[in-house]
Amino acid sequence: MSEEKYVPKSKLAQWFDSRLPLLTLSHHLQEYPTPKNLNYWWTFGGILTFCLITQIVTGLVLAMHYVAHVDHAFESIEHIMRDVNYGWLIRYVHANGASMFFLAVYIHIFRSLFYGSYKAPRELIWIIGLLIYVLMMATAFMGYVLPWGQMSFWGATVITNLFSAIPFIGESITTWLWGGFSVDNPTLNRFYSLHYLLPFLTVGLVILHIWSLHIPGNNNPIGIDVKKNSNETMPFHPYMVMKDLTALLVFIIIFLWFVFFAPNVLGHPDNYIEANPLVTPAHIVPEWYLLPFYAILRAIPSKLGGVIFMFAAILILILLPWLDTSKVRSAVFRPIYKKFFWVLLFMVILLGYLGAKPPEGIYLILSRIATAYYFIHFLILLPLLGRYEKTDPLPQSISDPVLDKPGLLDKVKKAASKYEGENVGSFK
Amino acid sequence: MLDHLNNLINKIIVVIFISIIPFSVFSEEKNNELLEINWSFNGIFGVFERSSLQRGYQVYQEVCSGCHSIQHLNYRNLYEEGGPMFSKEEAKAIAAQFEVIDGPNSDGEMFTRPGKLSDKFVKPYPNIEASTAANGGAYPPDMSVLAKARAGGANYLYSLLLGYEEAPSGFELDDDVYYNRYMPGNKIKMSSPLSDGLIEYSDGTESTTEQMAKDITAFLVWASEPHLESQHKMGFKTIIYLIILLTLVYFSKQKVWSRFNSKNKLEEDDEDTFDKVEEVVTKYEGEDPKSFK
Repeated sequence: MSEEKYVPKSKLAQWFDSRLPLLTLSHHLQEYPTPKNLNYWWTFGGILTFCLITQIVTGLVLAMHYVAHVDHAFESIEHIMRDVNYGWLIRYVHANGASMFFLAVYIHIFRSLFYGSYKAPRELIWIIGLLIYVLMMATAFMGYVLPWGQMSFWGATVITNLFSAIPFIGESITTWLWGGFSVDNPTLNRFYSLHYLLPFLTVGLVILHIWSLHIPGNNNPIGIDVKKNSNETMPFHPYMVMKDLTALLVFIIIFLWFVFFAPNVLGHPDNYIEANPLVTPAHIVPEWYLLPFYAILRAIPSKLGGVIFMFAAILILILLPWLDTSKVRSAVFRPIYKKFFWVLLFMVILLGYLGAKPPEGIYLILSRIATAYYFIHFLILLPLLGRYEKTDPLPQSISDPVLDKPGLLDKVKKAASKYEGENVGSFK
Repeated sequence: MLDHLNNLINKIIVVIFISIIPFSVFSEEKNNELLEINWSFNGIFGVFERSSLQRGYQVYQEVCSGCHSIQHLNYRNLYEEGGPMFSKEEAKAIAAQFEVIDGPNSDGEMFTRPGKLSDKFVKPYPNIEASTAANGGAYPPDMSVLAKARAGGANYLYSLLLGYEEAPSGFELDDDVYYNRYMPGNKIKMSSPLSDGLIEYSDGTESTTEQMAKDITAFLVWASEPHLESQHKMGFKTIIYLIILLTLVYFSKQKVWSRFNSKNKLEEDDEDTFDKVEEVVTKYEGEDPKSFK
């Protein structure tokens, strides 16, 4: 936060700002100091905001044409695709937008894992972010049900059935979720209603996410605190705005490449078959972004156990700031953690791959190994590393030369000690 | 001790990767490879061949439409941009060949009338149940989005149409079930729909089985994605535009950032500065400080 108090120039603006400090807010957002060494992995916050807005705007238009009824939903989607002006474009942007949203959020999350952005004093940013992620998953899942294709219907059946694993009250909860005794019209209607609501809750959380970010300021690739209002930081506008915009455009190009040239590769062909409660698809698979959790669910031999582990896989992340006890934030200075980071990334991708495969034979064995590793990483490796890992020396500031030239700092110090007491003026 | 640990971790990681990767690669099931055609509608500039779509419509009309509906197409789509592009008169004439149930009229009665451009393609059966009952218990799927509803898309449809074979010995088939190389499970209720010379193309093209399979597949891809051509055209223009915009934005960003960098001269070319410092420090190591100007 900028230290000096902002006062608008004109009298009118002062009058307004003293009653509702929107101008102060705008000033703060422009001047917000960001570390100058942020790399392009830091541009995904802006990209995610763009994704959320895109989903809301396209979704708003789709909602004008969509009919939430089991007899008309599938047909209304085809109506949008064929007869609504540019309906195909709006729907493909919305459908692929969900995938791109998750792609960006996974990069954002793994960025945070690599550079330790979840550590003090940024625990709340991390936790709010996770809440956003959970909301995103719920929203995406319910959105996928709306076209009322085969995967919509059977995906909804599988996921809602999970709640029946809860002892004693499970069955009642499932019936309550369905609004009946199977996934049917009431289920579709409530999913539509919630699918419309949740993105606006997400907007609220995003505001809190950014607010809580602006208190301590950004982490950075070196992971040490920066001196604010020094030459180590640059104002958000225009520097970060321009950098974010550059990254955003690259992202949009990839996004639109999918929309125009491969709009269905990320979906499942079965979802172009209208839902039929009497015919079960050969393999029921969720969208790609939920596959790692689906693999964990099926890796556990008991249904209740699977559900518990699946939810635990997300909830465990909330504890991450306290499970990772290392004082050093950035993996750049944590040689062993850095390796485990890549193993974790590999395991999560492997889980995603296994989630799309039938749970049998080698796939099942691998899912169990990867699931076990996932939990070991967070529950055992991170606490141990915090204690025993020998981290590399941290630089004094984000522009310290020690980064690039190991050993140079010692030399400079040695040289400097020689000149101690000398006339510094001669030194130039 | 820590170096040992580090080495050990490296080894464990290598072992995990080496042991997992081959499983993932080699456990892929070997599917029957689909026949592949270099479809004109594939790729960034993909467009349909009008004549192929028009023939495809003829195949649909004369062969498929007895059992399969295309309920999401309208007759007007037949003359619209990006489709078979019959003339409006031809499309009107096609629509008029069909009897459409309309109503109720002012007497409260339903009545039939000739089809109009605004009508949906008339279905062979009034509902799924009727269609299933008339086809030995197997519902001939609606073909509106069939090309998007099957893994492999166009190549799958084409392969399926040409995939009828004698069942291998020992492969049991019930009555009215046929062997098809490309059908998942190899059993299909539809008998081979195409044979050489089955129909007479109105444009004089020789109606070989392959030709008909190709034309109907193209027609079904268009039926699934009637805006495919404008999608490709708009996509190309949009992405070119964005690449130009990206270039401009990138250089503007460089320009803006150079302002900050020149304000903080010391930070510019860190790499370079440190190289120089190192050079100097090394050079003067052990020297008399006075010589250090």
